[in-house]
Amino acid sequence: MDFGPYLLLASLEGAVGAAVLALTALGLSLVFGVMRIVNVAHGEFYMLGAVIAWWVTSMVGGHPALGFVAAMVVSPLIVGIAAAAAERLVLRRLDYDPEATIVATIGLLYVIQQLALSTYGADARPVAAPIDFRVQFPWFGYSGYKLCVIGASAVMMLAVWLVLTHTRVGLMMRATQHDPETARAFAIPVDRVYAGVFAIGAMLAALGAVLIVPIQQAHYLMGHDPLLLSFIVVIIGGLGSLRGTVLAAVIIGMSDGIISVFFSPTLAKILATLLVAFVLVWRPAGLFGARPA
Amino acid sequence: MSSTTAPQAQKVRSAITRRTALKGLAGGAALAAAPGFVPYIQAQSSAPLKLGFQVHRTGIGAAYGRWYDRVTTAAAALINEEGGINGRMIEIVTEDDGTDPKRGAEVVEKLASQHGCDLAFGTLFSHVVMGSSPRAGELKLPYFVVSEGHHVASGKLNRYTLQPGITDVKSQVRAMAPWVSQNLGKKVTMIFPDYAFGHDHRDFFSEAIAAQGGEVIEKIAIPPTESSFTRYFPRIPRDTEVIYHVMVGPGVLTFVKELGEFYGSGARPQIFGFIDSLEAVDIATPGLEFLEGTYFWEGMPRYAPADAPEYETFYRERVGVDANGASVSDSKDISTYAHMFGCWETLHVIKAGMEAAGYQGPDDRVKLIEAVEAMTTMPAGRAHPQGDKVFNGKTHQVFGHQYISQVADAKLSVVHTASIEDGMYPDETDYTAQPF
Repeated sequence: MDFGPYLLLASLEGAVGAAVLALTALGLSLVFGVMRIVNVAHGEFYMLGAVIAWWVTSMVGGHPALGFVAAMVVSPLIVGIAAAAAERLVLRRLDYDPEATIVATIGLLYVIQQLALSTYGADARPVAAPIDFRVQFPWFGYSGYKLCVIGASAVMMLAVWLVLTHTRVGLMMRATQHDPETARAFAIPVDRVYAGVFAIGAMLAALGAVLIVPIQQAHYLMGHDPLLLSFIVVIIGGLGSLRGTVLAAVIIGMSDGIISVFFSPTLAKILATLLVAFVLVWRPAGLFGARPA
Repeated sequence: MSSTTAPQAQKVRSAITRRTALKGLAGGAALAAAPGFVPYIQAQSSAPLKLGFQVHRTGIGAAYGRWYDRVTTAAAALINEEGGINGRMIEIVTEDDGTDPKRGAEVVEKLASQHGCDLAFGTLFSHVVMGSSPRAGELKLPYFVVSEGHHVASGKLNRYTLQPGITDVKSQVRAMAPWVSQNLGKKVTMIFPDYAFGHDHRDFFSEAIAAQGGEVIEKIAIPPTESSFTRYFPRIPRDTEVIYHVMVGPGVLTFVKELGEFYGSGARPQIFGFIDSLEAVDIATPGLEFLEGTYFWEGMPRYAPADAPEYETFYRERVGVDANGASVSDSKDISTYAHMFGCWETLHVIKAGMEAAGYQGPDDRVKLIEAVEAMTTMPAGRAHPQGDKVFNGKTHQVFGHQYISQVADAKLSVVHTASIEDGMYPDETDYTAQPF
């Protein structure tokens, strides 16, 4: 294949990866930014989103798009409720202690994964794409659905940004992130904000998963890679910085796509990890993270 | 200690009266008459034979594991219906290895030491076999794998590991190469998983196609845990005449779909795949339409042939699979039909071996292995529904027929059956020369 089309394909692959990664990492970053919690179970919320999407689409008959739209609504909702319950039952009782919550979310990871294994089973199951068309370039064909994923992800990220900057809820979140003590003094229900943020973080992961599940299949072990990549993205972008997270997701997603196509996926992972090391050495707070005073 | 217990024992003995002795006799008789207890009470040798089944119930091999489990259960039920082995029932002791080599070795240990199994069998994924077999050798536990890997016949394992129920990759690809080069093309691009099983394909097919005057012009290795594949396809050279694909794990459907998307409606090379790329997947899944007219290797034809022999139909019915290769209870639950017969045939080889050796218990394990090593031809029939086979006692590997099927109307139909000789190759080892 010539260089031009080769690069086009690589960029498309990279953009799809970046789009889903940005959503997932945004959830992780939001939870850390507001609650100062490193949520190790984030990848499992992603997996749960995909599994529920399979379940919803297989319940809804008719055109695949019907089931998919239902999954877009139901799956994040259920995952959000599960996450809020986990927050109430576990994290809150640990008083959001950073170390205790890491251990607790590791436990949560296994609980969710094994629950999925024992109820959903060990198989990878497909979900039909809501739209079925192929873009035929002169050199290769490309799934039209994948192109839609890029658009959908951009729309959702825009929505998150609008909510954070232009709504009362967003203001409360930002206030809590800035200084929980003062926020409480101004009658912000910090407690409820925490539950809400944890739920929204998980819902973003679930949304990313619903988008990806017509491309990949829902499988109980699918949470590993997104978790690892989300952490890479969040560390590079700066924990808690949404702008940094999105930018880092685009950098990591695109470079992963392009390097994978031209060289090898293993090299792409090596370089991403190396970048994390460099960032930790020279800019420990990440590209956009606030430097500790 | 002994000085204090002795008088007590005497006291007990003196306390036995004729009445208590009669009570005891009556109780013993009642116990012996209790159902379920009968086979155990007669003599030690009528207790069931315990066959340890190492299965991929979870992890990336789960789809295969589920069907290996069902076939094993069906085969064991049949053997028991027909009177068991040497007059003893068989009991399958199942342990999940999570498709993980480290766990595999532990499972072998557990089956041997904790459950006291007579032997272990059933492992599929080659990295798990490589991890488990050395432990079986150390424990001197007969270990019957159903794996396809060339590791048994290559001499890398040990005298306790045998593969009498399924052919190995080297044999399969040697049988395929002449047909591929004569009918599809000579310039081949291979896409395979990047571990032992895929490397067997890479090495032996390259060798076999070269012998036919063909050539592998590009080798694309994909990590077995990969979930996205489009990025690999631009590496397929434009002058490729045949794409040879074999893939395993939860990503197989994505792999085949993305291959279809990549070529789209444009011109594409011929496609020849191993059915592993679509085991447990419905060929009629949306997105797989491009497979129409392409070819697959099958270990055993998934779709029941019109002229299926009686034993094929019998086997299909007993393992609960319909004419389309799906479970009779759920038409969406597609079987791993091209591989799972291996468990059925392995259990029948174990039965034949134990009967030939007069197997009584773990002390006869060596006799069992010698009896299996002495086997040569295995006629097609209910014990060997995939077809007749030839066993090589020196390399511990069986040889059999291979099938090539073409996709037509979203179904597979056999277009070529390779002879047993097509898959034969010179011995690379002689396990019988190893001491036990």
